[in-house]
Amino acid sequence: MLAYIVRRLLWTPVLLALAAFFVFLMGTFAPGDPAELRLGNRATPERIERERERMGLDQPIPIRYFKYVGGVLKGDFGDSYHYQGRSVLEIITPRLWVSIQLNIAALIVAVIIGLPLGFYAAKKQGTGRDPAIVITMLILYAMPVFFTAPFLILFFAVKLHWVPAAGWGGFFSPQIILPALTIGIPGAAIFVRFMRASTLDVIGQEYVRTAHAKGMSNFVVNYRHIARNALLPVVTIMGFTLAGMFGGSLIIELIYGIPGAGRLSLDAIFQRDFPVLTAFVLLGAGMLVLANLIIDIAYTIVDPRIRLQ
Amino acid sequence: MENSQTFEGPKGTGPQLKDVPVARGHWRKLWANFRRRRLAFICLIIISFIYLLGILAPVIQTHDYQETNLRETQQGPSTSHWFGTDRAGRDLYTRVVWGIQTTVIITITSFLTGSLLLGVTVGLVAGYFRGWIDAVIMRLGEVVSAFPDILLIILLAATLRPRIVQLARDIEDSTGITGLVSSGIVDYVVIGIALLPLSWFGMMRLVRGQVLVLREAEYVQAARAMGTSTPRILFRHILPNVVSPIIVSVSFGIGAIALSEVVLSFFGLGVQPPRPSLGVMIGEVTARGGASVSVLRDHPEQLLAPIIVVWLLIFCWNIVGDALNDVLNPRAR
Repeated sequence: MLAYIVRRLLWTPVLLALAAFFVFLMGTFAPGDPAELRLGNRATPERIERERERMGLDQPIPIRYFKYVGGVLKGDFGDSYHYQGRSVLEIITPRLWVSIQLNIAALIVAVIIGLPLGFYAAKKQGTGRDPAIVITMLILYAMPVFFTAPFLILFFAVKLHWVPAAGWGGFFSPQIILPALTIGIPGAAIFVRFMRASTLDVIGQEYVRTAHAKGMSNFVVNYRHIARNALLPVVTIMGFTLAGMFGGSLIIELIYGIPGAGRLSLDAIFQRDFPVLTAFVLLGAGMLVLANLIIDIAYTIVDPRIRLQ
Repeated sequence: MENSQTFEGPKGTGPQLKDVPVARGHWRKLWANFRRRRLAFICLIIISFIYLLGILAPVIQTHDYQETNLRETQQGPSTSHWFGTDRAGRDLYTRVVWGIQTTVIITITSFLTGSLLLGVTVGLVAGYFRGWIDAVIMRLGEVVSAFPDILLIILLAATLRPRIVQLARDIEDSTGITGLVSSGIVDYVVIGIALLPLSWFGMMRLVRGQVLVLREAEYVQAARAMGTSTPRILFRHILPNVVSPIIVSVSFGIGAIALSEVVLSFFGLGVQPPRPSLGVMIGEVTARGGASVSVLRDHPEQLLAPIIVVWLLIFCWNIVGDALNDVLNPRAR
């Protein structure tokens, strides 16, 4: 197992370097000359040429790549094309922090709704409640956020006045409730699905029957013997679920007017601010890879039956 | 797929086992199994109906999809405009039907190229040859799947679009073919390429896993011993046995592909106006999300018309995928 962890740890930087190369290549492939974009269309060819040299654009791609990666390692993702004289990191960090908070809140929503409901559905297998839960969650899962978001705003904010309609006030403000629900409910649907399947696996195990036979209370069997063992496989999909929610939060930030990374990356697309876009994609990849690494390693430690090769 | 088999024993030895129905065809049995799942069957009918609407768009349209009528803007559903009209007075029903056509084209081409052609072939090769080919392909796949899907798709579409549009313009200029860009073919190419990373790796990993097991099966070893050529082993002996998981994977993936196109077009990176797409419609109506609430309150039909189609498609493909999974991979549950 140690060998597995070491191999994963050694492979991760290589993986990230390759991902960075891919993203960098896409950045150079992007249309428009960065020097021209930066100087505007009234610049003389001589000035553009000088700017190109200053930005290092006249050098071959491998050298530029190593410079880029060297910078990234030091936390320097280059300068924004659009916001004059501001570094990408300086622009991206506060925005990314907003998105991360939002997605953590959404993950909490997904876990709180999804895991108990999946467990309950499995316990009720054979009754009408199990398929009812499964189908309801599938309907919610398939519901496009283009509808969920405005619908929640109309219902809970405009009609009932329970929560503010939009905006951003930090992790502990009531404004986070609706967007967190919008992102969290499809996530909950995924958790219901996996939790239900894994609970059904565990319920049939012999040690569960033994526990019942020993006369242990239903609560103890449910909680200690079934739920805790059923949770293990569900943990592994958390990284992917989070990544999926992160993608969905791009649109949700637009609708709720949240100043997060989604809004920023969309602006970057239309302003052709590719350093911002590539940095965002690269950071997203880095977080996803690290999250999966931590989850996989934690999993092998938590569940001694797993011996990954 | 034979309905009944006949056994003819040696003459004069007891009763003839003629016309005894023994086994129905494999696929026929699966189909019967599938039909018994009522919800999945209804969903399959809904999907077929929606796809049919898209294919028949030029026939069943009631107006022209870009015909504006400024005297009839923002109208609710009526007999002349079944779903109402949008801000420019364009008929929503016609635009939805054409939007479905875009979805149909994107999902089908994207699956034929990315998932089936690339994913299955590469999966077969990686699983059968193993060794360094397998290692390289798997590592490459890991790099691609390191990115959050939608971000990668957006980045690809944003960077590739202008290049591909330029290429198409050059081709138009040099060959005299017109309409490459305006007909929307270029958009489909851009979306298809941007969706490649989403579609091929999952399929490839699935096929590879199956092939790794199957290549050790006795009948494959027998074929190898008989000197059967490698492509023949791959496509005639192994591939037919991987078809079931491929079908399941495709049915789960189509919903995701359709949604990705909607999201890309919503952001203005996919299909370009005037060509309608469900994503373009949602993006235009809501001013890229900003006006969602007021539109839903004042003109819900404008938002709901495209959204319900997307909703139905994703929901139904999921249900059908589940049912196919139960029917085709009984042991997976």
